[in-house]
Amino acid sequence: MELKMFIIVLGLLVGSLMLLEGAASSPDMGTGISQNNHDHKDVGHNNTHSKKKPFPVLSLDYDTVRLPFEISLWVLLASLMKLGFHLIPRVSSIVPESCLLIVVGLLVGGLMKLVGESPPALESKIFFLYLLPPIILDAGYFLPIRPFTENLGTILMFAVVGTLWNAFFVGGLLYGVCQLEGLQHLHVDLLSCLLFGSIISAVDPVAVLAVFEEIHINELLHILVFGESLLNDAVTVVLYHLFEEYSSVGTITVTDVFLGIVCFLVVSLGGIVVGAIYGILAAFTSRFTSHTRVIEPLFVFLYSYMAYLSAEVFHLSGIMALIACGAVTRPYVEANISHKSHTTIKYFLKMWSSVSDTLIFIFLGVSTVAGPHRWNWTFVIMTVILSLVARVLGVVGLTFIINKFRIVKLTTKDQFIIAYGGLRGAIAFSLVYLLNPHHFPMRNMFLTAIITVIFFTVFVQGMTIRPLVDLLAVKKKQETKRSINEEIHTQFLDHLLTGIEDICGHYGHHHWKDKLNRFNKKYVKKCLIAGERSREPQLIAFYHKMEMKQAIELVESGGGSKLPSAMPSTVSMQNIHPKKTPHERALPQLSKAREEEIRKILRTNLQKTRQRLRSYNRHTLVVDPYEDGWNDILIKRKKMIELEKKISQMNNYLTVPAPPPDSPTIARARLSSDPQAWGIKASTESVPTIKVDLASPQSPESVNMVDEFGKKGSQAKESKEEGGLMMKAPSAAKERKDKTADEDDDREPQQRLMRCLSDPGPTADEEDEDEPFLP
Amino acid sequence: MGSTSSTLLKIPNVEELMQETGFSSAHIIRLYDRFKALDKEGRGHLCPHDFGAIKELAMNPIGDRIIGAFFSPGQETVDFNNFVKILAHFRPVDKDRPRDPNSPEPINSRSNKLKFAFQLYDQDKDGKISRDELLKVLRDMLGMQVTEEQLESIADRTIQEADLDRDDAISFEEFRKSLEKVNIDHKMSIRFLR
Repeated sequence: MELKMFIIVLGLLVGSLMLLEGAASSPDMGTGISQNNHDHKDVGHNNTHSKKKPFPVLSLDYDTVRLPFEISLWVLLASLMKLGFHLIPRVSSIVPESCLLIVVGLLVGGLMKLVGESPPALESKIFFLYLLPPIILDAGYFLPIRPFTENLGTILMFAVVGTLWNAFFVGGLLYGVCQLEGLQHLHVDLLSCLLFGSIISAVDPVAVLAVFEEIHINELLHILVFGESLLNDAVTVVLYHLFEEYSSVGTITVTDVFLGIVCFLVVSLGGIVVGAIYGILAAFTSRFTSHTRVIEPLFVFLYSYMAYLSAEVFHLSGIMALIACGAVTRPYVEANISHKSHTTIKYFLKMWSSVSDTLIFIFLGVSTVAGPHRWNWTFVIMTVILSLVARVLGVVGLTFIINKFRIVKLTTKDQFIIAYGGLRGAIAFSLVYLLNPHHFPMRNMFLTAIITVIFFTVFVQGMTIRPLVDLLAVKKKQETKRSINEEIHTQFLDHLLTGIEDICGHYGHHHWKDKLNRFNKKYVKKCLIAGERSREPQLIAFYHKMEMKQAIELVESGGGSKLPSAMPSTVSMQNIHPKKTPHERALPQLSKAREEEIRKILRTNLQKTRQRLRSYNRHTLVVDPYEDGWNDILIKRKKMIELEKKISQMNNYLTVPAPPPDSPTIARARLSSDPQAWGIKASTESVPTIKVDLASPQSPESVNMVDEFGKKGSQAKESKEEGGLMMKAPSAAKERKDKTADEDDDREPQQRLMRCLSDPGPTADEEDEDEPFLP
Repeated sequence: MGSTSSTLLKIPNVEELMQETGFSSAHIIRLYDRFKALDKEGRGHLCPHDFGAIKELAMNPIGDRIIGAFFSPGQETVDFNNFVKILAHFRPVDKDRPRDPNSPEPINSRSNKLKFAFQLYDQDKDGKISRDELLKVLRDMLGMQVTEEQLESIADRTIQEADLDRDDAISFEEFRKSLEKVNIDHKMSIRFLR
């Protein structure tokens, strides 16, 4: 039923698209329409000679909105397609999305041709300036830094040496083939062939992402192929420009080769430097955005895009600039921006890259129908075969060399997947499209050949890689989150290995990583991260993230059911009598003390989560009706008393009902630091609170704990069971005892909590959350 | 290049050492040179003071523990053979070693690497990482930047996550289990010790 409706809508859409294209491009109608509306004077003028026309109540003026309308229609089509594929479960599990999208593009292109329209081809400018950057930025921002740097040597080998090998192998052999009898009429010279070879040899990040994302392969292989596809951009750029420049001249000298190498270094390093500069600028800017939270994501996007464009101005590698910018920006910006901004950035990036991705593949299909083709059996077939062979040979040969230097060696299975995963895609297509037909009479043939190779890799390799991965039992990605144990032990091992390296006198991987970390902590973080967060150690940040996630999960799940006693979050409250824990884990009856604790936990944690989410709302567009108003306080107080009554009647039952808000009275009492008063009475609580001083220059998000326990180190927090989430904030040094400005904090209605928590945000995707920068 | 063989001759039981640790002669020589460099007074053995002289190690948060690991309990000195044996833990794992069920596990097996790391946590050598020991480690690593309460929360959470038999401490098996997803062969190997 859904499907049918969907298909109808789709049909209407496609139909309207073509109709409008036809309507707009046919000259007669256009003139007629514009004449009516734009040229009043003319009409008026004409009117003197002709009959007066009645005032047009309804008129058609398509021209003014033509461009945005068509763009929107295309994007809408792409998105609907994406939607549709997931309605048909069986197909989407066999065929990767990219293939389906190309097929759709083919269909649309074909339809357009039937109607008589010329289908629009994928213009290189649009591709490079608008469609490609979001995908690369998304990849760069969420690049898993640790596996990337650990395997950097391997990745670079594949990217640089592998691409060079591919380019020369394919180009050279194709030239040789073309020299054979019967093909000499093609007049392809060596340089053109080499140019073609260099274009076709680059593994495409878009295609790789599209396919690899669906097969969930293990992290190592993913980062190897993906990293290679990103870093080979520099090589491609240099080779492309080199051969393009000199193909008209016809010869290349040694000087040119040497210059080419220098150019390569300049292009890649220059791109990275440009990206890093913009990244640091973005990080620095984000330090001051604590008062204008709404535009924080915009800075990240703008700076990154500017980095890309700036690199392109100088013909540096835009892709590397973008990756560098994203990777440099992320750790600092994330420490500075609010939670919601972080979610926004994530979702916008994912959204844009998804749309771009879809559009690229659809246009690839349409362009296939559109583009001028010249089919030559030999050339095309040889291209396909040679590129495959080159890839396999390249991977095998390089792995042989690389394995001598790797600790964890690449097995044959790994090599196969790497070779098989070398997909070509739209970048190659666009590069060929950019070629000037006058300089390159063979352009159309190249175009055909490239499209064939792209189709082959995407369809054949893309479709078969999934069953092959299963067949070869390649290790898949491990879905579970990082536990705090892993985090601690990994850091410990890092320190250990650094120490051992120092003992051995060996300046290895760990040594430099440690040095970089130290430099980072000492100088860079101070500049780029606002306020207190600059001193927050990695582990604490990680721990907070975990606790926060759990808090949200806990509340979202309603907390209605009995929470298992082994829930990790609860233990953070165990401070006073750790020895008691094992015995009293299964509590049949809540003693009075327990009840108090539970109540306390609920109150504090809910308030905390609230605070973190709330302080951002101050600058949002939604005017919160509960922001002001003291009558709320009375209501809240009443609710709290009710809740306490409820809890005292319950046994093993922890709920998070209309959670008890706090009145300023309580807050103030709390703030005056009465650590030992654990009374049931609401007024004399001393519950650890989060002090969010909105007036402070420091980021409201860096929540500061009122350390009412003082430095005596008293363990006043006794608690037992579930629901206990103590989010502790980093400010150890400062004890924020100024309580004056905090009335705002306390007029917190619970409804906001619920609203805030309905945002699925950070819990949805954990892949990138737990990756600390240089851990 | 006669120094190679002559250096080797200086080391007592070098054949046995190479057999036990799996180091090649080139490695042994390298480590011997390093040992001599550290042993400034030329006594033929190292004491904790010599290790302390290594600048970077002093900055390492767990530097003291690492140094302590080189010395057997009660001993104040470590000779070259023991020095090499400890470092052998960090040799990359040989994947194609023939599995001889009778011979003891090589020093650089995954299990032995983990045991070495475990010993660094477990200072009192009772076979378990107690809460206090964990707290000490956290304190070393995180230093002055966090409060006591935060440390305790983290320690509690860590123990609860890993502790399967509910004895409020982490045994070696639990330690091993919590690290099963981490590639220890890669993480605990130094490249040049091949």
